[in-house]
Amino acid sequence: MSRSRPEPVQVIKKRRDKALSALVDGIPYSQFLGIRFDRRGDELTALLPFDEKLVGNPFLPALHGGVTSAFLEITAIIELSWSMLWEEMESGQLDPQKLDADHLPRLPKTIDFTVDYLRSGLPRDAYARARVNRSGRRYASVHVEAWQDNRSRLFAQATGHFLIPSRDNDA
Amino acid sequence: MTNPSPAQRFVEAIPHAKALGMTLDEIGDGKAVMSMPYDERFIGDPATGVISGGAVSALMDTCCGGAVLAHPKASATATLDLRIEYMRAATPGQRIIAKAECFHVTRTVAFLRAVAHDEDSLAADGLPVATATGAFTLDGGPRKRKGEAST
Repeated sequence: MSRSRPEPVQVIKKRRDKALSALVDGIPYSQFLGIRFDRRGDELTALLPFDEKLVGNPFLPALHGGVTSAFLEITAIIELSWSMLWEEMESGQLDPQKLDADHLPRLPKTIDFTVDYLRSGLPRDAYARARVNRSGRRYASVHVEAWQDNRSRLFAQATGHFLIPSRDNDA
Repeated sequence: MTNPSPAQRFVEAIPHAKALGMTLDEIGDGKAVMSMPYDERFIGDPATGVISGGAVSALMDTCCGGAVLAHPKASATATLDLRIEYMRAATPGQRIIAKAECFHVTRTVAFLRAVAHDEDSLAADGLPVATATGAFTLDGGPRKRKGEAST
């Protein structure tokens, strides 16, 4: 018995990157803040390049607490959507070629979001990674961590609960 | 051009508040009201056109910070913790109005309560879009160190 040859790596990468960018580019507020996502396999790292308009306290200067909160919340939403999208994509249920601005999976809705500000955000690039701690049929709990220069020195962390969109509403 | 009011200067001094088009509508005695226009750039869910939770939380955070600074004991503040509960989707096209107040203030910490309305719920005194509770640092201003000469 011969196994079918695996797909060429570039084909797989292209498909996964297309699905991710369709998801990320679909959120105007994420674009407004300048958030990008770096992908390694299924692992995502969110990037927030520093910009003057993100400053909350110009005397320190420091990132605005609302920017930090938005960055963490968007990272959580993208991670949660991505984990669902990934399963559908890898199982062949979903064809990423058909994903575009008008045909995106519905995004999870935030129920609540709690941000823990550990130290002030410096005027530099920030990074964040989210972990889906529980994802049921209707609800999910997601934890996010954000850092700047040192991965081990977090400047903020957050936990949020999300309502998973029902499958019937999928476009 | 008239001189900017102190309230407007507060917003002008915060680049991100300015970027989101926030205005400080009322302030005083540990309370603040701030609002933000609807803007397509702030949309969080393109399928519905509903404003991003992140933009609402930026407004709530700024409004809470303003309320702390409006407290007679405070001269500087920073967010320690902010929890936001999203009650319902904000109506696309409407301003978001946040009201924050210091629920309790100690020498070092301010405990905040805030609500965010869209234009409909504000006018009808209806269900807010979101509520928030937060803990903020409270800095009472420069303190003299031991041995420092008073002037």
